[in-house]
Amino acid sequence: MTAVVEVDQISKRFRLYHERHRSIKDRIIHPGGGTYTDLQALDEVSFAIDSGQTVGILGRNGSGKSTLLKCICGVLKPNSGQILVRGTLAGLLELGAGFQPELSGRDNVYLSGSMLGFSRKDVDRMFDTIVDFSELEGFIDTQVKFYSSGMYVRLAFAVAVNVDPDVLVVDEVLAVGDERFQAKCMDRIRQFQLEGRTIMLVSHNADQVRSLCDRAIVLDRGRMIADGPSGDSVRIFREALMGEGRPSEGEAPPAVSVMIESVSTATGRFSARTNEPFNFEVALSATEPFEGYFVLELHTHDGTLVARTDPTGSPVSLSAGSQRLGVGLPELPLLDGDYELSVGLVSAFGHSVAAWREQVATVEVAYDGRASGLVPLAPNVTMY
Amino acid sequence: MTDSSTPARRPVEDRPVRVVSARPSFGLRLREIWDARELLTYFIITDIKIKYKASALGLLWSMFAPAATLAIYWVVFGLILKNNMPAFALFLFAGLLVWNFFFSVIITSTSIVVDRAGIVKKVAFPREILALSTVGTSFIYFLIQSGVMVLFMVAFWRGPDWSMIWLLPFSILSLAIFAGSLGILLSAINVYLRDTRHLIEVALQMWFFLTPIIYSFEAQVSKRLHHVRGLNLTWLYLLNPVTPTVMTFQRVIYATPVVQSLAPGHPTLTVLPTWPMSTYVILNLGVLAAGVALFALAISVFGRLEGNFAEEL
Repeated sequence: MTAVVEVDQISKRFRLYHERHRSIKDRIIHPGGGTYTDLQALDEVSFAIDSGQTVGILGRNGSGKSTLLKCICGVLKPNSGQILVRGTLAGLLELGAGFQPELSGRDNVYLSGSMLGFSRKDVDRMFDTIVDFSELEGFIDTQVKFYSSGMYVRLAFAVAVNVDPDVLVVDEVLAVGDERFQAKCMDRIRQFQLEGRTIMLVSHNADQVRSLCDRAIVLDRGRMIADGPSGDSVRIFREALMGEGRPSEGEAPPAVSVMIESVSTATGRFSARTNEPFNFEVALSATEPFEGYFVLELHTHDGTLVARTDPTGSPVSLSAGSQRLGVGLPELPLLDGDYELSVGLVSAFGHSVAAWREQVATVEVAYDGRASGLVPLAPNVTMY
Repeated sequence: MTDSSTPARRPVEDRPVRVVSARPSFGLRLREIWDARELLTYFIITDIKIKYKASALGLLWSMFAPAATLAIYWVVFGLILKNNMPAFALFLFAGLLVWNFFFSVIITSTSIVVDRAGIVKKVAFPREILALSTVGTSFIYFLIQSGVMVLFMVAFWRGPDWSMIWLLPFSILSLAIFAGSLGILLSAINVYLRDTRHLIEVALQMWFFLTPIIYSFEAQVSKRLHHVRGLNLTWLYLLNPVTPTVMTFQRVIYATPVVQSLAPGHPTLTVLPTWPMSTYVILNLGVLAAGVALFALAISVFGRLEGNFAEEL
């Protein structure tokens, strides 16, 4: 297996200036050049991505995700370390970044194709596919400044995914266009995967990462804290960055610390039957009394979210110390299969997560009938 | 396209490898610039197209400013101050042609990285080609102005010095290398020191008068610098890398170094130096050498400054 992206001990430091002196005049008045603090955006990050992998990059705001992608694309130069990229790379840091409003859609397709590193011949070959994909046949010779914002991003996305890159780097730009076009983009990304291309994707959306990627890297304050199968990484991301009660940026730290110690059932086995009750217990410890809500999530093995409960439906009130919560689902409307259970507590105010355990147990659901899929449906068929 | 049921690995083993590192080597930088040559032509074509579309008269309009400059200098120095030079407009045009090219490269490239912040922050490509694209754009305007100048020559019914005409492309190319390199350097500096642009405007104004465009080198400069306290300081004046190209163009286009003066009582006027062709060749080789050296310097300085562009903009 050949590594297509090799990141070797990349560090990037930003200087945050409190007061910036950016002219010769200012430099003469303030010879020091301004006061600043250093921000270590990336700290000795190393990993290698093999051909054909889809890798998600997770992290909070300011964890260095975008800096990493910018370094890989070559927009930013790291302070130390080096990155090797094999083959052509299309970086979508922002859709339509290189578009010239005064030019026609056609000219912009060639221009942005060229900026992504593709020759005129490459773009010629893919031009019709690009226009088809963007659904802008009637407007391709119109100046881009007359496009709606939706048309603009559609054209930009169409160029990036159709110019035949070996590596596609995407920074949270998948939320483009209307729902139908988004679905089309996701289809295109899946097709990319099938074609054995390599994709790197930055996302805030852990569910999206889990369902699209086979591997995920978690960054926290510039350091890589996890690199592994996306399920594991998503768990680490949620637990390490939320579950420990560490405040994420802009949020007040939770006053109390609640820990989910374990999840158990009376029988010791997490097995259930379709449409029958399923009960389990959650062992908790709290340092202080806690008022909040209980949430549970079920995912399938391939990362599809089956259910996330409405927290306001299940308020909990904890006293300090260890205690147990009984959780009962009166009936489990799921067909046979294994479902990953995640549980958590969210605070009464806002929705900051006070405690979270990702995939604490696998619930095996048994079903005797012949229906298949995720949920049982029993249609009433009437003959008139 | 692969059939969806049989996912096939794309062969990537033999694909070219791109390196992003803190300090890319000089050779690597040159290769990246060379690889982006197609993007460079797109930038140039785009620039021209946008200018062309922006106004109804398009390219013709962009010729208005150079034409006005030419007219003003011709009125001031030819008619009012009377330099007694026959076909002064042609002499002026030859020099302005070169100067306009140089001026437009320097003034646009200085602010080009800042002006194109949108793509510099989001798209990866060798940023040197932004400055280089201004050389291309300016060169196209240079060609158009050259066409107008040919009309002038026809109007004055004066031919060029055919024996030296081959010097023109060589000379403008040497200047283009010098101007492009200086542009690359200034485009990077202007990101960090934003008032560089204003200083450059003033510097270019002085530079213009240090170049023999509105006056004749032979009539005004040569005599005065020939004996400054016993020293010949003409070489100092010739260190200006725009001067050799300007003088080459004047020599080829104006063609006659010694002319009949228009003033009564002064039968001849030496407008251009009576140097042999070899002197012009050597002077232009000097510009070429300075250009290549500055290019090497500009690429390495640019490489040091480029790493932080995306955050400085």
